[in-house]
Amino acid sequence: MTDLLRITGLHLSLPDLNRKPLIGAAPRIHILKGVDFAIAKGEIVGIVGGSGSGKSTLARTLVRLLEPSAGTIHFDGQDISHLSEAALRPLRRRFQMIFQDPMSSLNPRHTVAQIIEGPLALHDVANPSDRMREALDAVGLGQRFATRHPHQMSGGQRQRVGIARAIALRPDFIVADEIVSGLDVSSQAQVLSLLERLVADLGLTLAFISHDLSVIRRLCNRIIVLDKGVIVENAPSAEVFDTPKAAATRELLASILLPEVGADWQT
Amino acid sequence: MADARALVHRRAGLRLWLSAGWIALVAAAALLAPWIAPHDPLAQDLFLGRLPPFWMEGTEPGYWLGTDSLGRDVLSRILHGARIALIVAVIAGTLTCLIGATLGLLAGFLRGWVDLVISRLIDIWMAFPPVLFSILLIAVLGPGLTSIIIAIVVIDWTRFARVVRAEAMAQGAMDYVASARVAGRTRIGTMLREILPNVLPTIVVLLTLEMGIAVIVEAILSFVNLSISTDDPTWGGMIAEGRTSVHQAWWVLVFPLVTLFLTVLAFSQLGEGLKDRYDPVLQ
Repeated sequence: MTDLLRITGLHLSLPDLNRKPLIGAAPRIHILKGVDFAIAKGEIVGIVGGSGSGKSTLARTLVRLLEPSAGTIHFDGQDISHLSEAALRPLRRRFQMIFQDPMSSLNPRHTVAQIIEGPLALHDVANPSDRMREALDAVGLGQRFATRHPHQMSGGQRQRVGIARAIALRPDFIVADEIVSGLDVSSQAQVLSLLERLVADLGLTLAFISHDLSVIRRLCNRIIVLDKGVIVENAPSAEVFDTPKAAATRELLASILLPEVGADWQT
Repeated sequence: MADARALVHRRAGLRLWLSAGWIALVAAAALLAPWIAPHDPLAQDLFLGRLPPFWMEGTEPGYWLGTDSLGRDVLSRILHGARIALIVAVIAGTLTCLIGATLGLLAGFLRGWVDLVISRLIDIWMAFPPVLFSILLIAVLGPGLTSIIIAIVVIDWTRFARVVRAEAMAQGAMDYVASARVAGRTRIGTMLREILPNVLPTIVVLLTLEMGIAVIVEAILSFVNLSISTDDPTWGGMIAEGRTSVHQAWWVLVFPLVTLFLTVLAFSQLGEGLKDRYDPVLQ
């Protein structure tokens, strides 16, 4: 059994509070409709889908920020789908998440040192400040960043702090939810190559969620395409790019912006 | 860009220093009143009644700000009155802040039934007319310093609870809260370590504002004779007495009024100044 994460028949619905009647329960929106897949140890899986496909909901369910309505999530053989927050706590250091918008996911009134050391202290990691410095080095930020606040850094630097916080715990599994979509193209490339290197160095298993196939192509071994809450494609990257089966995949492929350089470009 | 920032900084610094300076002056007056006051604030001398302040004609040396109709020294009474004003400001302000901010934080962050109970309580509380409510409370508790403080706390906690609840709710939607959960922080731990530092600047501004309001409330209650016994000089009591003889001796009314005004203004500016100076996000 080398599957680190196994999802079977995952359903998730959330109450739609906008349409809640005066008396009684709000109607529920069905977001994930029976999702099955597994991620093997050491694998980098890209999860793509257009907006409203449920990919961010899936990301939050994988780290149990949301509780599935039906189906199971097995992490390293253990069923975590309905564990209470207290029961999850010791497991939490093994699966981490990097969020889309670091401006929101980094506490604006904490320093970078506090942001990275916070989770370490929670799990009684020895020498949290050493580990914090290691993590800063690993993401290519100097020690001088330790005393800065998030608003004193650029977008790319902030997202590196988000990555440093996740890897400092030395987790087995990381979910990265649209982590480059808020960055400019050159920072995107830098953050991606950083992530590529870290995954290789630390032997991480990664679920990389994005709406952009061109970002995924470079990083992932396997691609899962999500459309309206169901998986429409789950295949090795090359196969998805060469022979896309689902219409949703073809649509996503068509939306990749390719630089069209004319023959006379050099002149 | 850099110049504009420096300008904002200098202005913020000036605001902080002016307001902190005035409050330090009032605090010094309150602490040292028995030693620095030129006269006994209660000593009456009918031969020295309604003496004008020092720059006018017909003054008596030593009575800088004049005397009231009973011949009591206005300056000495203002200095002694600072004691009651500061005690009420600090104790009532702090207690109101602690109770209101705690309830607001719990309601805004925990949501659910906690929020439901606290929010309904705030709604009901705010439907009472505050002045009548405080007069009723003091009628029940009997006049005195403790009653005033209790009345202020009981009436004004909703001011904190409402604002802090809204702020905590907005902060609770941020991803750093989700991130704390992924890291394994408990709900209460997240509230204290992640949310509280982000709500604190608002709480500090509200606290100093409330201290100013407490001074005003004490003055209003003194004005309607529901504060401390009439023997103890309070600013509100002096304003009430000065009102009756404003045409013959305006200084009995004006000097405590100006002191009150400056103190309340200084408190409200102190909070903003502290926020500008110490909030890391504004650095």
